Amino acid sequence: MSGVREVTVIPLGTHPRDVSLEELRSGIEQILPVRITIRPRPVDIDSALDASRKQYHSTSVLALLLQQAEPHTERLLGITPYDLFVPVLTFVFGQAQLNNLAAVFSTFRLHNEFYGIPRSGEQLAARCLKEALHELGHTFGLRHCIDHPCVMNSSTYVEDIDLKPADFCLPCREHLEIVL
Amino acid sequence: MTAFDPSDITIMIVDDEPSVRQSLAAWFEDDGYSIVTAQNAAEALQCMQEHSVDIILLDIKMPGMDGLALQDRIREFNQQVIIIIITAFATVDTAVRALKAGAFDYTTKPVDPDELSHLVLNAVDKIRLQRENLALRESIDHLQFVDDIIGESGPMQQVLELVKTVAPTDSTVLILGESGTGKELIARAIHMNSRRRYFPIIPVNCGALPESLLESELFGHEKGAFTGAQYRRKGKFEMAQGGSLFLDEIGTLSLKSQIDLLRVLEDREFHRLGGERTVKADFRLICATNVDLEKEVKSAVFREDLYYRVNVFTITLPPLRERRADIPLLASHFVERHARSMNRPAPELSSEAMDVLLTHDWPGNVRELENAIERAVVINKTGIITPDDLPVQVGRNSVPPRGSSLSEMEEEHISHMLEENNWNISRTAEKLGIDRVTLYNKIEKYGLKRPE
Repeated sequence: MSGVREVTVIPLGTHPRDVSLEELRSGIEQILPVRITIRPRPVDIDSALDASRKQYHSTSVLALLLQQAEPHTERLLGITPYDLFVPVLTFVFGQAQLNNLAAVFSTFRLHNEFYGIPRSGEQLAARCLKEALHELGHTFGLRHCIDHPCVMNSSTYVEDIDLKPADFCLPCREHLEIVL
Repeated sequence: MTAFDPSDITIMIVDDEPSVRQSLAAWFEDDGYSIVTAQNAAEALQCMQEHSVDIILLDIKMPGMDGLALQDRIREFNQQVIIIIITAFATVDTAVRALKAGAFDYTTKPVDPDELSHLVLNAVDKIRLQRENLALRESIDHLQFVDDIIGESGPMQQVLELVKTVAPTDSTVLILGESGTGKELIARAIHMNSRRRYFPIIPVNCGALPESLLESELFGHEKGAFTGAQYRRKGKFEMAQGGSLFLDEIGTLSLKSQIDLLRVLEDREFHRLGGERTVKADFRLICATNVDLEKEVKSAVFREDLYYRVNVFTITLPPLRERRADIPLLASHFVERHARSMNRPAPELSSEAMDVLLTHDWPGNVRELENAIERAVVINKTGIITPDDLPVQVGRNSVPPRGSSLSEMEEEHISHMLEENNWNISRTAEKLGIDRVTLYNKIEKYGLKRPE
């Protein structure tokens, strides 16, 4: 791939529990030709909380994230331990602006404990990397991939995330080569 | 099933809440679907006019016309579109009403992402099956139309145009033509291209049955209606329900049978022989004859009122001698067909044999040509059909010698048609079934000159 894009990773609300942002950075940089900068201080997203649902409205979270953009910012990736939703759905793992600046994902439903099974740091790290690549893929113009084993496959269960590889299929990679 | 391109599927999201429209649109856009949105019933109906919508995600509670009323309205003009109701206020009553009125599925907000995905994928599967089904039907219909009727000559193309014009209507058709010109094939082509094609076409050869038998053949009979009627039997009128009735050789109907037929055509109902119950007659009538019905009317052999009933749309089939340009094509087709049915390689037609075929007058028309070719394929041993393989009478009854190549015949035919039409280019082109430019090109090609 030709160029290198700057991606700023920002914790939202608070630092996600049991997740190493450094490990995430190296994972992303191994797959995508991007340079990751990590902002240590979490951004407050309380205004996106829907008290009745006890979840954060991900579209509002994206709007709050966009306020962190600086003139040279190329991509923003928010990561939050809080559960995200859009009005019509019970939850979302993440949300991204298609072919645009910002993306966010939640670790809330990536923990094994959420499903009542023993905790696994390894599985959590793998899921975080896949979600990060998936949402960043959307910001680089990729839609859900239906034909191949690919990180851009749509996931509606955590098992779907476990089943897909932490990499892009050939056609998606070809697309990234053009835009990156 | 084959892979599909989600952008071929258009989803319309109808909801008065902007956040719902926006989040659903974004969700399905990520999957690659084409999305349109509407905030109320009026916008939704407008969208349906502007886009070919495949799936509708429909909210029930909206200001103005609600979702269920909108569904009813849409169903009045579109039975195909798949409607999935998504409502925040689910009740058993609304769910039952929605599904009874033809909703594909029903779910409540907020919906589980996995459930929503499955709902839409199920809908997509249904759409793909509908599309495959349609494509298959079209290809079958297309094959049936094209396979059976052979002819690229002007007169035959005009016939095919008439078939295409009249087939989709429910009009009665009268097919005129000499024996062996393919009247039944044309009747079948009309039927196969009509909306009645999924019901049968029932052929009746009026000339083949005596009057007494024809009556029970057409009307059917109840058990015991006459001596020998041991069972109740459906007649051809009843067998053709929903489809077409093809009455061949209608000119041979007795006067009594003509009256019977006229009554059925006028009342659109009839009784079985010996029966009380009225049976509806829902068929399209296609008739054929090789006699001059008008002359038969004048000589009082054919009823005038029935003549006007059946003579609604007339298609006249040209005899083979008037469409000699089709002979090579027909000959090759019959060689292929009969070689295949005899399970042997198709022999070639020598140019001498083709000359004989082109110059013969074919009083028996296409049927005679087919029989001649079948005979030749049977007796041929060398793989090349020569004039010796053709029936003796084919060699004898030839038209006076003239240029026998296709282009020579074309030149002669065009020249003849020009003279017949007093060198009126438009009229001649129309008669020949070609456009004026093509006719001018042919005149130049053959150096034809208008007589001084």
